[in-house]
Amino acid sequence: MSAQTRESSRVRTTIEVVLLAIAVAVMLFPAAWMLLTSLKDLQDVYAGSVVFSPTLENYRDVFVSRSAAGGASDLVRNFANSVIVTASATVLATVIGVPAAWAFSRFPLKGKKDQLFFILSTRFMPPVVVVIPLFVMYRTLHLYDTRIGLVLLYTAFNLPFTIWMMKGFIDEVPAEYEDAAMVDGYSRLQAFHKVALPLLLPGILATAVFSLIFTWNEFTFAVFLTGATSRTVPPAIAGLLGGQSTPWGLVAAAAMVFAVPVLAFGWFVRTHLVAGMTFGAVRR
Amino acid sequence: MSAAEGAPAPVRSAASAPPQAFTLPPAARRWGRVPDRWIARLSAAPAVLFLLALFLFPLLWAVVLSFSTYSATRNQPLEWVWFANYVDVLTSPQVWERAVITLVFVVGAVGLQTVVGFSIAFLLARRRRGRGALTILLLLPMMLSPVVIGAFWKLMLDAQFGVVNQIVRAFGGESILWLTQPRLALLSLIVVDSWQWTPFIMVIALAGLTAVPRYLFEAAEIDRASEWFKFRHITLPLVWPLLLIAVLFRAIDAFRLFDLVYVLTGGGPGSSTETLSYHLYKVAFQNSDTAVASAYGILMVIVVTLATQVYVRYLTKVQAR
Repeated sequence: MSAQTRESSRVRTTIEVVLLAIAVAVMLFPAAWMLLTSLKDLQDVYAGSVVFSPTLENYRDVFVSRSAAGGASDLVRNFANSVIVTASATVLATVIGVPAAWAFSRFPLKGKKDQLFFILSTRFMPPVVVVIPLFVMYRTLHLYDTRIGLVLLYTAFNLPFTIWMMKGFIDEVPAEYEDAAMVDGYSRLQAFHKVALPLLLPGILATAVFSLIFTWNEFTFAVFLTGATSRTVPPAIAGLLGGQSTPWGLVAAAAMVFAVPVLAFGWFVRTHLVAGMTFGAVRR
Repeated sequence: MSAAEGAPAPVRSAASAPPQAFTLPPAARRWGRVPDRWIARLSAAPAVLFLLALFLFPLLWAVVLSFSTYSATRNQPLEWVWFANYVDVLTSPQVWERAVITLVFVVGAVGLQTVVGFSIAFLLARRRRGRGALTILLLLPMMLSPVVIGAFWKLMLDAQFGVVNQIVRAFGGESILWLTQPRLALLSLIVVDSWQWTPFIMVIALAGLTAVPRYLFEAAEIDRASEWFKFRHITLPLVWPLLLIAVLFRAIDAFRLFDLVYVLTGGGPGSSTETLSYHLYKVAFQNSDTAVASAYGILMVIVVTLATQVYVRYLTKVQAR
């Protein structure tokens, strides 16, 4: 290689590194700015200052009420709702979804392709379309603004994903393992439990974490199907944004507290990210 | 995949494990089992029932409502008007205006994030060191709730104290009304959606790019192929099908975008950022025209289903090549 081409390839590498650095900066800047804002008082927010004396007031406001009586703030209830609803819906979707995925993977069910396609098609439905009749239905059944109503809905919301993702994982475990166990005298269910389940555990965990993230972040259903009692955090934050003057410090702090668990879980499933975001359509 | 790698282990341990660890399988219990057929049905049934009750049933209900004059809040006698609501929706100039806005948004946002996402993936694929760590950092926006993202950007794009305008002013520019000027508001929406979803395209493109076998490039190297030739005839054909899947997912999500609009612009100024989903919400919940909204929603489902069918047909043709 001549000196000239080496020189030009070095220039090229430098340009590429600079471009990547810009991309990373653009992707991270809004989050960093929000973190800074969460540490500012309102005056510093409006001044847009970069140098300021940091305060933890906003984080205190997320948890403790500003009123004279003190006590827990409204957001605490929203966070409690979010935790309860997300955990229940994730567990329920996993418990119901994994056996279904196993059945779709292992047995020649009647109309299997149609059922699988129907399950997938629910993912493509605009939420606003489903929410209209659901709203009418929930009001009649007294499920409007209840945690149970939300849990049921989010379970259904996570099922298509759980089934498709788990079907992919189960397809990768040869059915012969279970057959061999059955030759040894185990029943179908025992064979699944003793042979397949231990191999599937990492996949089940990853799938559950994705359900967790989707449910935790969900906004559209929550805003229409909850009132004051069972409101989760996303519509609550949106509510803070809507008023005459936005308490930016509080919004930023609440958003930070809300986002941290998701980022931790996202880190946990980082190797499955591509499969997780595409219903297992793309796997590495 | 880890499941496949770990797979042979239990078989081996069953064959060669020391006798004390080997529990005798219950060979005697071969009778009285539930037949496989029933096990399969019982395993799948709860999931299918759940989805029927919470997606299909509401959708069918919406179909029924769409033929009536039902309103969720007004107390009026119910009348059956059959396809009048559908005609109303399809002949409404407002709906067509929103359809155009949605189309501009879908094409703009998906286009922007595909180009940028693929470019970043291309740059990343050429790096060996630090690729993993960089990828994780770049994925951050994708993990966040649209509400959180809407809040981030609403703060940053504020005309008076937003940091974006601070930067503009520092370079001697005028304050720009990002969210309150019709065209700019739509552009802002496109940019914010792209900020969140560029990583999605990036990570899928990266999966394709890193899977391109090295020997193909080495062969091209020997033939003294140009960089462009290598890109056009080796890289792109291998990544294209993956990219098409990514675009499909993004286009469907962009078509039904609601949450970001709700938080960032509220459809405004005027109706300049009202996507079809947002307009539908206004018809259903602000005007309480539940029946009209149902017809509107059904039409949206039909459109998205037909478009997906056509696209998937093209996709299978590409993949078959």
